[in-house]
Formats: sequence, C-alpha cells, structure tokens
Amino acid sequence: MALQEKYSDLITAAKSAGGIQVNELGGVLYIKGQASSAALKDRLWDLYGKADPNFLTGDVVMDVDVAGIGEGSKLKVTTDTSSLNMRKGPGTDQPLVGKAPHGGTVTLLSKTNDQWWLVRNDAGEEGYAYAQYLSPM
Amino acid sequence: MNMKKIGSGVLIACTLFFASCAPKDAEINKNVAENVQPVASGISTDVKDGVATLSGQVKDEATRTAAEDAAKKATGVKSVVNNITVVVPEPVVTLSPDDALQKGLNDIMKDYPGATAVVTNGEILVTGTLSAEKWKRLKMSLDALNPKKVDAVTLKIINP
Repeated sequence: MALQEKYSDLITAAKSAGGIQVNELGGVLYIKGQASSAALKDRLWDLYGKADPNFLTGDVVMDVDVAGIGEGSKLKVTTDTSSLNMRKGPGTDQPLVGKAPHGGTVTLLSKTNDQWWLVRNDAGEEGYAYAQYLSPM
Repeated sequence: MNMKKIGSGVLIACTLFFASCAPKDAEINKNVAENVQPVASGISTDVKDGVATLSGQVKDEATRTAAEDAAKKATGVKSVVNNITVVVPEPVVTLSPDDALQKGLNDIMKDYPGATAVVTNGEILVTGTLSAEKWKRLKMSLDALNPKKVDAVTLKIINP
C-alpha cells in the first residue's frame, strides 16, 4: 500500500493513459506498456523522478514504449556525442556494418526486439542499432 | 398412533412433492445453466424448488453479478442464491532469467564506464558514479530488460 501512495500520481497517469499495465508484486511496482506519444513517456518518467529522486530506490520497474514507431519511421540518433554503431546482427559482439552520425536520422526497417532495431542510414547501409539511442522525430 | 399417521402423511406429501418438483427443477436447472454459461464459464448451477444456487469462482465482481442476473432471467426460477466467489488472479509480470539479463547488460554497460552492474536472482545491482542524465538513460535501458528489480541505492549521482 505504501508504494501505491508514494507513486499515486505516476499510477494515476499510467492507468488513465490506456495501454499501460500497472502491477505490484513483491514490493516492486511494474509499469509496462505502450505510451501514445513520446511526451506521455517523458511525463511518466518525470512523475517517477518526482516521487523517487534519481530513481535510486529500485521499487519501480518502468518499461514504456512509444506506440506508433512503425517500419519506415524516421528516427533521430540521440547518442551523447559519438556516432551510433550499426551491426550485422543484434548484439555488441556482432561486426560493424556502418555508422549513423550523432543527431542524424535513420529509417526503421524492423524492431527485432526491445533492445535492437534494424535501421538504414543516409548512406543506404543497413544494420542493427541499439534502440535506446533512437528517438521518434 | 397419531404420530404414526402424521408421519405417513408427511411421507406421502414428500413423495408427491418430489414426484412433481424434481423433473421441473431439472428442467429449470437446464435453463439456468444455458443462461449462465455464456456469461461466466465454469460456474456450476443447481435448482431446488425453483431456487437456483450458483457456485464457483470468477475473476471480478461484475461477472459475479452478471451471472446472477442471467440466472434470474431463466424460465421457472423463483430466486437465486449466489455463492460465486471472486478470486482476483495474481498479476502477471514478465521477468527475464539471469542469463538474458546478463546478455542485455553486456550490450548496455559498455556505454557507462563509471558504473558496474551485477545480476543476481533476476535483480540488477548498479554501483559506481554517473551523471543524473546518464543514469536516467541507463535506468530506462535496464528496466526494458524486464528485471525483477533495479537496485541503485549506493550509486553516486553527480550533476555536471
């Protein structure tokens, strides 16, 4: 119950969004699903950060994807500074087949899993990139 | 002697009663079951003297009420005893096994030289030092791996 109180704003926002499941199990709140927009995803993370500054306690696991990022979507490369590696297969053990520049755009070809997406860069090279560094335009 | 007479009278009354009611109850029970099954499967029904009794388990109160309403509408039912219990299923949370988490960590952690992550029993323990912004991004990546928990209580956050 304490969890429900601590994160009441976050839970309310997640539940009212639709498409997002909120479950409590073993003292951890699991928030999973699809957000209708990147703005909603940002808002949920802001609410989480307000209730638990810097997300350090570990009583929430939140995995919210932004819906509507389909094949053919343009994605922005949001690495810190370096270019984004594109690999032959989904994994850092796979050889490099190309790079996408920091701040540049790539085209989504397929979402292999939550971590790795197959993309094409401006040079026409195709490879698997780490999804965390790709944001919808 | 009087008692004996009354006793046999009751016996006859009962026999007549059951002879006339039993098949009718069976008929009503069929109606009840037909009405209730589409609303709530796995509910057992019984009818005695026109009184329908429902029993079994459903996952929410709405289904319990709906089953009762459906039973009331069945032809021949006088009243309904609702013995259905509501059992809320345990929440289903997808959690990754350690080897899947470790594989995910191998891909993620190379971009965070200041921090170390260790997997134990489905939980990820993060230690070291990171900027608030980098940690937020790392936390998002780790949560997407479906861990049981991401513990970072000892992680040092620096604001550049």
